[in-house]
Amino acid sequence: MSNDMISTPASVLGEAMEAAPAAPTPGDLNDELIRTDVWTDEMLVRAGIPIVDVAFVSCGGGMGSFVLSDYLRIAGVDTSQIRILSNLDHPWQTYEYLTKVSQIPRTERLRSDSQGMPDCLWGFPSYALREARKEKKLFPIWNVLTEPILADYWTPRAGTVFAGLEKEVARTRYNEMLVMGQVRMVRRRNGGGYFTILTPPPGSTPTRRIAYRSQYVHLAIGYPGLKFLPDLQEYRTKYNDLAHTVNAYEPHEHIYEGLLNKPGTVLVRGGGIVASRVLQRLMDDRERKGAQTQILHLFRTYYSGRHNKWGFAKRRGAYGFAFQGFNAPKSAWGGQHIQQMLKLEGKARKDLYDLTGGAHTPYRKYWLDQMKRGRDQGWYHTYQGEVVDVKPSANGDGVVTTIRQNNGSTATLEANIILDCTGLEADIREHRIYADLLDHSGAGRNPLGRLDVDPSFEARGTRSGNGRLYASGSATYGGYFAGVDTFLGLQLSAQRITDDLAAQGFGTRIGVGRSVSNWWKWMRHKQI
Amino acid sequence: MIPTLNGRIQTRIFLLLFIGIPWTLIVTPFLPNQRDLTGGGLLDTYKTTFSVLGIVLVLAVFGWELLYHFAQQFRWEKDWPVMFTFFLVIPEAIVAKIVFNALDIGIKFNATATNATFWWHIVTTWMVMWLFVLGPIKVLFIRWRFNGGRIFF
Repeated sequence: MSNDMISTPASVLGEAMEAAPAAPTPGDLNDELIRTDVWTDEMLVRAGIPIVDVAFVSCGGGMGSFVLSDYLRIAGVDTSQIRILSNLDHPWQTYEYLTKVSQIPRTERLRSDSQGMPDCLWGFPSYALREARKEKKLFPIWNVLTEPILADYWTPRAGTVFAGLEKEVARTRYNEMLVMGQVRMVRRRNGGGYFTILTPPPGSTPTRRIAYRSQYVHLAIGYPGLKFLPDLQEYRTKYNDLAHTVNAYEPHEHIYEGLLNKPGTVLVRGGGIVASRVLQRLMDDRERKGAQTQILHLFRTYYSGRHNKWGFAKRRGAYGFAFQGFNAPKSAWGGQHIQQMLKLEGKARKDLYDLTGGAHTPYRKYWLDQMKRGRDQGWYHTYQGEVVDVKPSANGDGVVTTIRQNNGSTATLEANIILDCTGLEADIREHRIYADLLDHSGAGRNPLGRLDVDPSFEARGTRSGNGRLYASGSATYGGYFAGVDTFLGLQLSAQRITDDLAAQGFGTRIGVGRSVSNWWKWMRHKQI
Repeated sequence: MIPTLNGRIQTRIFLLLFIGIPWTLIVTPFLPNQRDLTGGGLLDTYKTTFSVLGIVLVLAVFGWELLYHFAQQFRWEKDWPVMFTFFLVIPEAIVAKIVFNALDIGIKFNATATNATFWWHIVTTWMVMWLFVLGPIKVLFIRWRFNGGRIFF
């Protein structure tokens, strides 16, 4: 992992497991394996790496693996046919970490649709109905019936989602399929299928590596990495100053605590959901806990009104922000957006991504009211500009950012802290599994540079005899489906993959009968 | 909901056939009527209510859904909030009533139906279909929500 990347629990664990052992251990990768694109069974035997046979392997063990395993279990696949290779103890571990540090503790609400339910294949009864029943309130139901016309989108609390997942993990016997370790690579097998090399926790097995031989592989390894903005990384390296620049995905509670004790100025960068969350935290602290924080907010693209025409409609925008309910226009999850995308390749597809993507945040009255008070009372200021230069301030207690604005003029913004909320994602090559896949297994890139998958989420170019390699989640952003990095998106991907597998005879296609009977089991929490 | 035009039409046909017809079978005997006055039978009222379903289906497939699809293009998200569907019973029922009157359907089948028969039938059928789309349809057809409302092909 290069040094401009942000650590998450998975990456930290992964790095530790992948660290070179003190002494040579048996059953490790050798030059022959590393060099050869397509492996034979004998090559692994020669290297002394034990082979485990299983029909289906999912690498990652986060939300993506969980949602697909849920689908496969409901499609009648036995736990013995599935192995989930992961360094996470439970599927929501990384997700909970990222939401928590970016200011969504369990009691706060996510930016996720009421029917995007990773623990319920059917999305019914929705989170809103569940909350209404549990808390004996009608409001959530009224909200989902009138949104987004009379109310802002209703979204579930993070804690509700995690509690539901815990139940479904037990119900589908997820832990019986889980194998702990770090996936090193996936290679095609001579004769069909794939080998997935797993590095188990040190000392847990006689050999350093284990090979899983399977007909099908699924990759759901999450973000290739989250990156610091290049100009902030340059600043950090050049001045060796880590105290005054923070990324929202790093733990940074101390910043908020510090601001309560000592008034300061914060420069927030980015116009997406994370910026909104961080602003809310800063403003709540100011309005409820008496902080005296001055907030500067820098947008690279500043939207003051409607923009980006798609169909006969333009997207709403105001005070710098572009407004969109979810990660993509709602119709990406099965409606007109994806239908249109399915016809687009190359630049045409990228153009539609540019039009309907970019940084955006949901329209929430609470946030807009709060920002208005900030502007009126003079403690919240917005700016538009490209960063030209970042330097320490003269008194050493902050950072000076020089920006070039659209009108050609330059300005300087002085702050004690820069909070980077841009959520810049790294190139997929930063992840060693994807890098290996690009170099050795025929995988390619989509118009946005990420992993190219077909409408069934099979990674194009990686087919191996009767084997198939699928991928879902953020790595496939740039494909036909723009909502990949969401709960509902993982469900859509899992459905397409499960159907594709069923067509090849792995699992049963979930028709009306199987769906209804399994839904009834789900309602009664009956283990499958 | 995030329907495509094809999905809209398929969903509408499914709802009228598989929810509208059973519901009409159940509810027709209980609708207000004037069978006592005209001497017509329950079968006449059934003929009337099923004609109404037919009118709604034809108007929807060849008119309303095309109009809604056009209107949807003015929405950035290209979605169709469930609240819209709830209230669209108003224009649809009014137009259906006009057609109903123009075709003299009320009279044709021994005039057993009154205005109240028409309104109670169409509004309750609409609400049952609307509730079905909110949840149960997703249990029957797991691909429905990810396919823009397509059911059959």
